[in-house]
Amino acid sequence: MGEWRINPWQSLKTVLRPLDPVLLLILVALMVYAVVLMVSASSDRIESQLIHMALALALMWVVACIPSQRLLSLALPLYLVGVALLVAVLLFGEVSKGAQRWLNIGVTRIQPSELMKIAMPLMLAWFFQKREGHIGWREFIVASALFAAPVALIVKQPDLGTSLLVAAAGLYVIFFAGLSWKLILPALVAGIVAISAVAMFGDTLCQPDFAWPGLRDYQKQRVCTLLDPTRDPLNKGFHIIQSTIAIGSGGVDGKGWMQGTQTHLSFLPERHTDFIFAVLAEEFGLIGALLLLLMYFALLARGAYIAAIAPTLGTRLLAGAVTMIFFTYVFVNMGMVSGILPVVGVPLPFISYGGTALVTLCLGVGILMSIRHGKLALKR
Amino acid sequence: MSAYGPAGEKNQRYGYRLLAACAFMLAGFIVLVMRLYVLQVERHAYYSTRAEDNRIALLPIVPHRGSISDRNGAVLARNYVAYTLEITPSRTELELEETIKQLATFIEIEPKDKRRFYKLLAESRKFESVPIRTRLSDDEVARFIAERYRFPGVEVQARLFRDYPQGTTASHIVGYIGRINDRDVEQIEKRQATGNYRNTEHIGKSGVEAFYEDALHGTTGIEEVEVNVRGRAVRRLSSVPAVVGSSLELTIDIELQKVAEAAFGARRGALAALDPATGEVLALVSTPTFDPNLFVDGISSHEWKKLNDSPDHPLLNRAIYSAYPPGSTFKPFMAMAALNSGKRVLGQAIYDPGYFDLGGHRFMDDKVGGHGMVDLHRSLVVSCNTYYYMLAHDLGIDSIAAFMAKLGLGSRTGLDLPGEAEGVLPSPEWKRRRFSNPAAQRWQGGDTISVGIGQGYNAYTPIQMATALSVLVNKGKFFRPHVARYVVDSHGQRREVEQGPVSQVALKPEHVAAVKRGMEDVNKVGTGARAFAGAPYTSGGKTGTAQVYSLRGRGYAGRTNERLRDHSWFIAYAPADEPKIVLAVLVENGGFGAVSAAPIARQVMDFHLSGQRANQPAAEDEEASEAEDDDPDADEHGGE
Repeated sequence: MGEWRINPWQSLKTVLRPLDPVLLLILVALMVYAVVLMVSASSDRIESQLIHMALALALMWVVACIPSQRLLSLALPLYLVGVALLVAVLLFGEVSKGAQRWLNIGVTRIQPSELMKIAMPLMLAWFFQKREGHIGWREFIVASALFAAPVALIVKQPDLGTSLLVAAAGLYVIFFAGLSWKLILPALVAGIVAISAVAMFGDTLCQPDFAWPGLRDYQKQRVCTLLDPTRDPLNKGFHIIQSTIAIGSGGVDGKGWMQGTQTHLSFLPERHTDFIFAVLAEEFGLIGALLLLLMYFALLARGAYIAAIAPTLGTRLLAGAVTMIFFTYVFVNMGMVSGILPVVGVPLPFISYGGTALVTLCLGVGILMSIRHGKLALKR
Repeated sequence: MSAYGPAGEKNQRYGYRLLAACAFMLAGFIVLVMRLYVLQVERHAYYSTRAEDNRIALLPIVPHRGSISDRNGAVLARNYVAYTLEITPSRTELELEETIKQLATFIEIEPKDKRRFYKLLAESRKFESVPIRTRLSDDEVARFIAERYRFPGVEVQARLFRDYPQGTTASHIVGYIGRINDRDVEQIEKRQATGNYRNTEHIGKSGVEAFYEDALHGTTGIEEVEVNVRGRAVRRLSSVPAVVGSSLELTIDIELQKVAEAAFGARRGALAALDPATGEVLALVSTPTFDPNLFVDGISSHEWKKLNDSPDHPLLNRAIYSAYPPGSTFKPFMAMAALNSGKRVLGQAIYDPGYFDLGGHRFMDDKVGGHGMVDLHRSLVVSCNTYYYMLAHDLGIDSIAAFMAKLGLGSRTGLDLPGEAEGVLPSPEWKRRRFSNPAAQRWQGGDTISVGIGQGYNAYTPIQMATALSVLVNKGKFFRPHVARYVVDSHGQRREVEQGPVSQVALKPEHVAAVKRGMEDVNKVGTGARAFAGAPYTSGGKTGTAQVYSLRGRGYAGRTNERLRDHSWFIAYAPADEPKIVLAVLVENGGFGAVSAAPIARQVMDFHLSGQRANQPAAEDEEASEAEDDDPDADEHGGE
């Protein structure tokens, strides 16, 4: 290039090059699936979801075009802005549905915790890259502090789903950075013990006068409802009961597109957002669900591949963490809809209705693409 | 990897971590697939059923209740549609009290509506809707529809209401319906009719409404609908229509009933009028009456108290439930027993010295000095007590009881109305059962003598007396008395309720004729003569007086003297040759039967046989005639 005359074909290739065709193909497949499901779940929302998709893809493209090192250098300012906004939410945020999550910035309302899903892994990856070669216990203590501050702020809002995802994003980076198994294993064991304790002694723990340290009452209720949905079949347990009925009644080949009775007679709650997987499983059955899992599997495999080939420590940590975040979305959402995890507000990635989550996820894909593009550029 | 990567060892460590992460993700996928397999393959059948249960609701279609009419087609009970405002407490968002308060801002809700609502709420089953207002005006319906979105769980329903256009007339026969309560539910369960009563809210509580409940109710249909999460039907899948309840055509002539009820005026009493040739009840009166319409929406406690606490007991059906000593109206049946047994033969006479002596105890005749020579015919016309004292003594109580039982006295006639009483046909056997004290249990000779003139222990309901007289004038043919003639099903098929006599009492026609002659002369020259003077038809009758003061007078102590007066009886038939109507009239505390009961019988017969209506109530000249009856020279009044 550098010539005065522009070769349109050449420039198009330049602009398109950062887009990973594999990721793009998977993404488009997922979005087509999402539109098909949306027609059944909530057909009047298709138009706005298409706009969300276009916007998310555009942002993804922009991110993909930014070199990954440049992205990492944006980590600190993004992180600082994110934390500042979280503090602002705590002080001036708007309360909606019992939680203080939104910040009104005049033009629109934003949810700063969403930004943290990207800023957190970016920040930690940048930090570890900065300290590359000197990573010891001091670094992990600093990383823990960088991790803990925003998570604590989000827990306080309170927003269990988002804090879980932000915390997971941070922990994945720390894990990939090489935190000793000696620390990871006890934490894992403690977590498993805590979960089994809740499962076994749920009846006592769920007594109304038994307060759980660190959790709000509604969060406690969610866990208790999962343990025994029939406890409250008309309110909180209703969601889980109806979504498992929807999934189970779908059978192997499903009831057919637009034929889901649970979906169309409104037994399914939140059917266009968090519970859209139940619509899929009811109408397209096990086959449809496995098809979706296959798409996710391809996405994660591609992510893992990019993480494996990533050129620098920062990009490796970032790619690994982003891939794991995708997995976390998938597992937590499908787990809660099928009744093996408590109902936390985590959408089904790329499928659930809603612009914010879609943009965040596509930014993640953009990061993966940028890392891959950087690697290709190096090769050339 | 490339030269730009960190040291090899570090890189390898990262590779392991990445592998561990991949293993972790793979494990997650396996967990998800397993979970899906469990839900969608292993437990698919269970969840399919659950989904169908969610989706499909079986809605009962409540049948319309059958109507009731009299023998000429006059409507006695019918349905009409009206709008009610109903609350399903389990589905309201606000507190009940608050919901009602807000509804009251644009729909008139009176304190009595609220009281009834809470009363019904306490009785209603879960998830049932309970009416807060009935009979909404079109205006009110429109106002509610506009505000409806604010009130989940509150609906306007078009409901069928029961209407009794005749009001208080014949209310004891027609009866009434009321909301199903716990006791009704028990009964329904016992009848294994729970399915047929799904969503039915009312049930017959008394009268033919209760007796013919099964026929009137009809068969509940079922509609299979697809419902959404709010329980609202979105699509009909299939339905089995309801079968409308059968309608009833009664034997009652409502016009005759009106005449009969009017004839009682304000007096308490009862009347049973039968067609002896069929057993059809032409009129069945119990006064005072009540308005069955009060019960339809649930009676208010004030109204209920008024009916229930009244000393006149308007809810009581005296014609079939209250048993009174028959007094001298028993004598025709005694006479029949005498001829039938052969203890008396026609033409045989006894001497009445004015008393009958049994073991030193004298049973007095009403006429001082006695009636002299008295045969069976004269014994009826002058109502000679001594004749019947002797007769009872000669027949013996066992033989009397056996004969009277054949006429239906002392047992339920089998009338098709609920709550019929047995009455008392005394016998040594009965006395043993009735009393616990051994001394009281023993039958005394004097007991038999009292029974002979219809006093003492025996007590019969007006319907029993009318039935027994029917059997007599029918020469022994026993028809079960009945108030329903036809049950007409939804296809218009008429089923006759009663066909033919149920039994035949062996009575000789010449004996029947002799007793009838006596009764006919009662109406010509005896105690019935004044009441039947100038009647355009022939008739037979017998007056009677049931003593009150010694039996139940105490219950009325403190009330006016009127309550201590004797009950007044009159039994009659007409025309004499081929009776078309037989009746028994009882006026509580009416004194002599000739004075208060017989004129009522005359009015009823006049209307039935010649369509004439009386211009004045029968009781109007009561005071004047009573003075006349006190005249000691009125020989023929005898013992009544």
